[in-house]
Order: sequence, then structure tokens, then C-alpha cells
Amino acid sequence: MDLFEYQGKQFFAEYGMPTSPGKIAFTIEEAIQAAEELGTPVMVKAQVHTGGRGKAGGVKFAATIEDVREHATNIVGLDIKGHTVGRVWIEKASDIAEEYYASFTLDRSAKKHLGMLSKEGGVEIETVAEENPDAIAKIWVDPVDGLSEEQCKAWVEAANLPSEAFGGTVDILMKLYEAYTEGDADLVEINPLILTPEGKVHVLDAKVTLDGNSVFRHKSYEQYDETQTRDERETAAHAKGLQYVGLEGSVGVIANGAGLAMSTVDVINQVGGKPANFLDIGGGANADVMAGALEVINNDPNVKAIFINIFGGITRGEEVANGILEAMKRVAIESPIVIRLDGTNADEGRAILEPNLSDKLLMETTMLDAARTAVQLAQ
Amino acid sequence: MSIFVDETTKVIYQGLTGSQGSYYGRLNKEYGTQVVAGTHPKKAGTDVNGVPIYANVAEAVEATGATASCIFIPAAGVRGAVMEAAEGGVKFVVAVTEGVPAHDEAIFYNQLKRDYPDVQLLGPNCPGIISPGKCNIGITAGHIAKPGGPVGIVSRSGTLTYQALYELKQKDIGVTTCVGIGGDPVPGTSFIDCLEAFEADSETKAIMMIGEIGGSAEEEAAEYIKDNVTKPVSSYIAGVTAPPGKKMGHAGAIVSGGKGTAKAKMEALEAAGVRVGNNPTEAGELMAEIVASL
Repeated sequence: MDLFEYQGKQFFAEYGMPTSPGKIAFTIEEAIQAAEELGTPVMVKAQVHTGGRGKAGGVKFAATIEDVREHATNIVGLDIKGHTVGRVWIEKASDIAEEYYASFTLDRSAKKHLGMLSKEGGVEIETVAEENPDAIAKIWVDPVDGLSEEQCKAWVEAANLPSEAFGGTVDILMKLYEAYTEGDADLVEINPLILTPEGKVHVLDAKVTLDGNSVFRHKSYEQYDETQTRDERETAAHAKGLQYVGLEGSVGVIANGAGLAMSTVDVINQVGGKPANFLDIGGGANADVMAGALEVINNDPNVKAIFINIFGGITRGEEVANGILEAMKRVAIESPIVIRLDGTNADEGRAILEPNLSDKLLMETTMLDAARTAVQLAQ
Repeated sequence: MSIFVDETTKVIYQGLTGSQGSYYGRLNKEYGTQVVAGTHPKKAGTDVNGVPIYANVAEAVEATGATASCIFIPAAGVRGAVMEAAEGGVKFVVAVTEGVPAHDEAIFYNQLKRDYPDVQLLGPNCPGIISPGKCNIGITAGHIAKPGGPVGIVSRSGTLTYQALYELKQKDIGVTTCVGIGGDPVPGTSFIDCLEAFEADSETKAIMMIGEIGGSAEEEAAEYIKDNVTKPVSSYIAGVTAPPGKKMGHAGAIVSGGKGTAKAKMEALEAAGVRVGNNPTEAGELMAEIVASL
């Protein structure tokens, strides 16, 4: 789950990190009101789940209320890399002496938590990593032991921050690690972490991705579910509990298992088609799940043909076949369907489908042939 | 021969009293797996389909001499269950459960490495392991695999594993062991662990490796193959056309920051001498060619 900047800052503040006062606004009027309450100067910051906001004109300094009106007018509704700005964060402006970078994430190769700290903040860390890798101080933290203050001090030392930033940075990093682990985050990133002219270290931006698997122990995370970026199709699929990712093409995909669904998307591309989605209905493939999946795909106006790719493991072919037929009775499907059914009792399953075949319901024995047929029908 | 598990492996099912546990525990038993015990803190002394329930893994080990366990416990309890299994004395732990928080995985992975280095964890979020004709632990449909050899399979994806087993069976090719390592960010058993075991297994003559986008496990496996594996390997990587930044079902299957693409993985494997198919069928055909030339 990706958090907006302001949600990330509120999350950090709960762990005692210093952030600036601010308010969220959904309209220009709300933005002005927020600025009046906070007192100018303020920053007007687009809240979107993507980077590069500044370059796109989504982050502006406003010295006066008039500036706030002008910037909010430009930013609300702005498109940033395909994300429409629906809310802006109005934040008390900070004076900046220096900008740093700090983050924690899991290093999947090392199976340890990786902390990165750099005195070259404010730019993308990938750029720093490429152009000046020595400017990034890294630390690998054993998840069992956690981060000790001693380790943390040595790490900040290694990053060569000026002495006046040392204490404040150590303090923030210790809290950042706590937020990362206790908050079950996949990523916590502060860029920039700033040093003010008064010598205070302060969180000026927040990027937080939380582990969706941890919601059972963080009930408050359910609030973030509704602010995830999903298109209409993804929202509908999510409501049905389906693993769905929207794509741009015209061949709707239904498969059982994440790997097979991914593979189905690949094969459609390989035979010259464009998949409309990734959809994993899980192992069972019963009528209820199949009907839900067909409904979501049927509502996608771009879909011109549907490829159902099922491999029966524990679930037998005849159950899958009956599930598909039952689901087709419940949903009025417009596009032709191509089925590839393989695995356990595939012959029995195919025998059940056979009498129902038509120019709207076709069957192929291999994944490649089924993909070719579906792609042809979609053209 | 087979790797990790065989007909002598006695298995405890943690969560045998639950719906998933009792279902797959029964199927595994019917397959011929030595399902010797289940555990439940409050149901000791009862049984599930004739399999006795003990209060915990330690007691089950003491009573049955089991050396492996299989976890069908809800995600919130997996960390505790893995450590209970290790403390209880089993040496091979299969965690089928999906949805385990990544921080829990990172903790029990490192805790096992440090305190129980001789315990091998498979999963979480994996279909399990099958040594066809001998032992099936987890949710794989046993009858789609042909016993014998000469192929060993290791895979990050469940259904693609079944697909691979099935395609080989259609071609009358047997499998020594098929290991589903799972699609999570911190898998207990890696590709390399399995490659090493297959390389050492005299009955395994060729290896099929199924990967997917995300992380760098396939690249690391390619490095390992180049230096350490003498047996021929065929491979398939799912997610060639997956868009960056979108999780494709598995928690670990995501291309982020330009890293973890299928293309990079395929190139790394090819550079290590692995024959890489563009789809599961092609990978199966490549394996058939390899087996024919053995």
C-alpha cells in the first residue's frame, strides 16, 4: 500500500519524527483556507502516488494567499505521469540549509534491512547511486537484532554529515527504523531530510509503502485502502477480492495462479496481441469466482475477446468446466471466449464443454493455440 | 534418489485440525506421505482422520520421531509456528501459508540461520515439495507427476510448477523431486539451495528452473550455475511483458526501479549456459530435448 506524502508524514509523526504542520485540501477554497490557518508562506504540494512531482509543476512555494490561489488552481486536476491530482497538501514553508536522503527497505539478496543515508538529498537516489555512489552510506541491519544506537551513530558518521546535523539525524533514523519495522513498511524514505539554518534536522518529504499482508495487526491501515491508485476495473476487481491488474490491450485474461496468469499475459504478447489485464482467480476456479472474474472483464469496454486459461491441479477438469458454464449463465458476456483447459481430468472437462461450443465459446488444447485464437478474435 | 524428502520422511502437520490442513493432510497421506501427527495446543489427544494430535511440535517429535513439518496456520501465526517447529526438533519445515508479513519472514529467516542452521525452511507462500511416488508435502496434485527421474524441478510459481510437472509427464519424463520455493520476498529455501542439492543427487540428471519477475534470485542462481552446476538446466521466466511498478499477484513479483525484469534474468541464465524457453511449453520441449540427449 502506497501512502500519500501527507499520510506518510502523519505516520512518521506518530513515531515522534519532526514534521511541519500542514493541512490536506481537496479544492482551491480548502487550500486557501488551510493557508490562512497555517499562515503564509506555505508550500502547495500535489499528493500523488508517483515521483517527479516537482518537475511536473506539482510542488510550489506560495509567499501570499494570492500565490496559494494561483498554484492550487494550477495543481488541482493536474496530470502527473498519468495520475490526476485530487488533493494538495498545504504545509508551513521551511528554510533549508542542506538536504539529505534517508531510507530503509528490505535487501532481498542479503535478507537484511538496508538503510541508506546520503548528504546529497533532494534528488533521486538512483541518480546519486549512478553518479556518485560513494556519497551513499549503507548499513545492513539484522532483523533479529534491530538497529542499535551505536551502529546508527557509526552509520551517520560514515555519511559525513556536518557535526550540527549529527544528533538530530541519529534521532530521526532510530525513529525511522522503528516506524519501518513496527509499522510493517516495505519502504520508508525521507527525501529530503533537511538541516535548517537554525541547525534543526527535519522531515520535509515522506515516501512510505506499507505491507498489505500486515493489515491484520494494524487495523488503522484499512484507511489507506481507499486512497490506493486504482482504475475503475481494478476497483471493481478489488471489491470482489480478485488479484487484478489493468493493462491497455483488448484480450481479457482469466487464469488460475499468479505464475500462469503472468505467463498468459506473456504468451498473448508473443503472438502479437495485447492483453487487457492480469487476473489470477486462485486455485479453485469455481462458478462464483469465475462469474465475478467474467463480470469484471465484461465491463472493460476495450475487451474484444476473452482467454480463460485454467490448469487443474487439485481441482478437477469437470469442476472447472461446470464452473465456467455456470458462470456464463449468470453473466451476459459480449466478447467471444477461448478456453484452454489442461491438467487433472482435462479430457472429462473438455467433454463437458464440447456440446456448448459455438462461435462465442471456443476451445483449444494448448496455451499457444488458445492465445492465437483469442488474439485473432480480438482484431 | 530425491532431495530433501523421501518415503522415510515422517511429517507433522501444524494446523491439521483446520479446513485447509485437514484437506491437504488427507490428500498427502493418501498419496503415501508418512503423515504421522498434527498439532493443536488445545486438542492434544484427539485425532484427525486417524492422525493423532499433539499439543506442540516437540511432543509430536518425541512421540513419532518426525523430522519434517508442514504449516497450514493462518498468516498471523506463521512466525510462531516456524520457530515452534525448529525448537521442536524437526529439520525440514514447509510453510504453505500465503500473506505472511515480510518483516516476520525476515526475522524468522535470520533467526533460523543463526540458532538452527541445520533446519531448512521451504516457503512461506509455496505449494510445497513432492518427490513423486515417495512423499508429497503441501498442495501439489500428486498424480500429475511421474515418479523416477531424471529431472529435478525448482520453481517460484505454483501453477507453473504443476504445468511443468504435467508437461513432463505427457512426454513420459519422470521427476526426482519438485520444489516450489514460493513467490514471497524472503523465501526460506532459494533456487541455489535446490540447485546445489540437485547437483549432488545422483539420480537427477537435468534441472528445470521456473522463475518470475522481481528481486534478483534468478540472476544469483545463474551465477551459481555458471560456477557450480554441471548438469544441463532449462528455464522459463514468467512476466516478460509485466509493466513496472505493478505487483503481479505474488508479493515478490514486481519490477521496481528498472530491476528484476524478466529480460535481465533470461539473459543472465542464457549467459550461464541455461536453455531458456519463451513460454512454459517451450521450456518443457527444451527439457525433453535435453533428456533425449542424456
